[in-house]
Amino acid sequence: MTMSTVLAPSPHVRSSVTIETAMYGVLIALLPGALVGAYYFGLNALKVMAVSIIACLIFEGLVLKIRGRDMSPLKDGSAVLTGLLLAMNLPSNIPWWMVVIGSLVAIGIGKQVYGGLGYNPFNPALVARVFLLISFPVAMTSWPVPKPLSFSLDTVTGATPLGEMKTSLLMAGNVGAAANMNLVDPLIGNMGGSLGEVGALALALGGIYLLARKIITWHIPVSFLFTVFGMTGVYWLINPERYAPPTFHIVTGGLMLGAFFMATDYVTSPITTKGMIIFGIGCGAITVFIRLFGGYPEGVSFAILLMNAATPIIDRYTRPRVFGYPTRKEART
Amino acid sequence: MANRFRGGVHPDDSKSTSTHVISRLEPAENLILSLSQHIGAPSRPEVSVGDRVLKYELIASPGGFVSMALHAPTSGTVRAIEPSPHPSGRFITAIIIEPDGLDEAIDLTDRADPELTGGPEAWKAIIRDSGIVGMGGAAFPTHVKLSPPEDKPIDLIVANGVECEPYLTADHRLMLESPDEILGGLLLAMEIVGAKKAVVGIEANKPDAAEVMSRSDLPEGVSVQVLPVMYPQGAEKQLIQALTGREVPTGGLPMDVGVVVQNVGTLAAINQAVRAGRPMIERVMTLGGPLPRGPGNYLVWIGTPLSHVVEQSGGLTGPAARLINGGPMMGQALAGLDSPVTKGTSGLLAFGPGDLRPLKQRACIRCGSCVKVCPASLLPHTLGNMVEFQLFDQLREFNINDCIECGSCAYVCPADRNMVQFIRQGKGELLAMAGK
Repeated sequence: MTMSTVLAPSPHVRSSVTIETAMYGVLIALLPGALVGAYYFGLNALKVMAVSIIACLIFEGLVLKIRGRDMSPLKDGSAVLTGLLLAMNLPSNIPWWMVVIGSLVAIGIGKQVYGGLGYNPFNPALVARVFLLISFPVAMTSWPVPKPLSFSLDTVTGATPLGEMKTSLLMAGNVGAAANMNLVDPLIGNMGGSLGEVGALALALGGIYLLARKIITWHIPVSFLFTVFGMTGVYWLINPERYAPPTFHIVTGGLMLGAFFMATDYVTSPITTKGMIIFGIGCGAITVFIRLFGGYPEGVSFAILLMNAATPIIDRYTRPRVFGYPTRKEART
Repeated sequence: MANRFRGGVHPDDSKSTSTHVISRLEPAENLILSLSQHIGAPSRPEVSVGDRVLKYELIASPGGFVSMALHAPTSGTVRAIEPSPHPSGRFITAIIIEPDGLDEAIDLTDRADPELTGGPEAWKAIIRDSGIVGMGGAAFPTHVKLSPPEDKPIDLIVANGVECEPYLTADHRLMLESPDEILGGLLLAMEIVGAKKAVVGIEANKPDAAEVMSRSDLPEGVSVQVLPVMYPQGAEKQLIQALTGREVPTGGLPMDVGVVVQNVGTLAAINQAVRAGRPMIERVMTLGGPLPRGPGNYLVWIGTPLSHVVEQSGGLTGPAARLINGGPMMGQALAGLDSPVTKGTSGLLAFGPGDLRPLKQRACIRCGSCVKVCPASLLPHTLGNMVEFQLFDQLREFNINDCIECGSCAYVCPADRNMVQFIRQGKGELLAMAGK
């Protein structure tokens, strides 16, 4: 019998998990949060999500064409995911053309200039969000007031709870009423904010889904959330007049979205478990410092981007002890 | 379970042949006895073309201390000594024997020590002269493994019945069908190295084998340990870690932590050699995968062409897209079935075009799966990237030579990266750099 066999290197069997498994898994996990956004911010939210996803796909295809690459990365789910994550980090009433610019920055500058998926040092969606925040500070901080199932495109804007708190701190010298608000509203998403960051419960549900499917591990989200809770808790115990309770900090702003979906991005976070914990603690600490002492009311995006920059060095110093080498204790004796 | 080895993966074990009793096939029309079917120097032929040889007769002697004797599996005529197909894909000198069908054997009584009166040195000589090598796959000469230097006392012999590679069931069947041979060999190995204890390591997916081996009359010091199923538990260093918690130091051997590991098949061969004087002329191998019409566990003469094993067992149901010598995790892809069964052939697997997921290698997305499963605690993704971008000078710092090439990293990689290929290439580059 003539045969044409493949002389591939071992192993000859592979697990069924592929890049697509992870990307589409994260997209599924984002659905509850996206739905909460659509519920409270209506058609505007859906429009921003659609524009962002489509623009990201188009720019991904364009850049791949310019780079002379094949179009298969369009199907890996990463551009769709970047598009959705970017949209969820934007206010729902942002002009569509700003979303398009953000998509170009995310895909072009955040990802493809480095060589595409796997090579980018910073989370592409966050690069774009921060780019838009600095370029269009007014549009990026006009937060529509949530209005369930409204299909009107006209919106009334207001402040986010974190923004209200910061203002009160500046004007009155205390955290004010916002900091001691009923926490049910932020839990279910009834607060001002980016269209995908409201609804802490829905986002946490998605996070639990990612943990259950083993797409992410607990190390980054848990260390991130615990650090924010612990640090804000200490400040609150010292002076509840100037500092909001830790429970408030956990459910407001972009913390849930950041801890479960942005900080856990494979490409831009450390690879060892020890490194992930350091990364999570770093994200948490920077977030708290910005929220409590910085000029911006919210600091999750900056915190994650700064820790992205620290990822290579964290990886370098958290290499596991290789099998058969002395432990640090043994090496000392 | 006190210990566990680090990392590992859990591929579907696909061991449907585990219920197939070991059987023999019709003898082949010619036997290809390669002079290089072990780790070490090639064997030296002791016969000439045209000679008639008898079963068990020495046909090639060791070409050095780390080398191996080779014996005729049956009586017949030496037809050629020439470069012949070898599982490695190269042509390597082999002695070609045409069996005469008489299976006429030499007298083995002089070689045997049925009452076990000879003592360790005599037994070691018998093992050496019987051409026994490790049958788990690596084919390292067994007498060398049983000769640790004076300053490395051995307290434990590990009988490796793990067989963690998917599809392979030869060791499983051997434990069920020949436990006395294995235990006999185990006791001999303990005596030879002066070990007071021995443990038989068996994975939990072979409960029947564990039951057969844990007999009530187990000699003192011998125990059976059932291990949770996890690849690559059958790798020496990982098995020692799982059974004892001891870690073989980098660059070291099991003897550095007082252990000698022997595959159960090798132990059975030791027993046959010492008690009955029978050299290693045959072995049990698994024929498996989706294609063979007659999958099973076959006792075949060393040198039997793989094509003969396939044809005699009923052939394949369709054209093969992948043929594997050994298991699917560490086995080697074959270009065809011309090469023979060697002393290290644990199995032959045949897969059709649709049976293995097509791979599409992409850039590493740093998911960390490879880091989690690496039994050596390496950073496989870093090593792979370094080789891909030709940063060879950094490979040593990232301990590339501690990689055992088990393939767990590639198995889990969502970007289908050929990690083992990268790492082998990297090791080769380091060797080339050292040679300059």
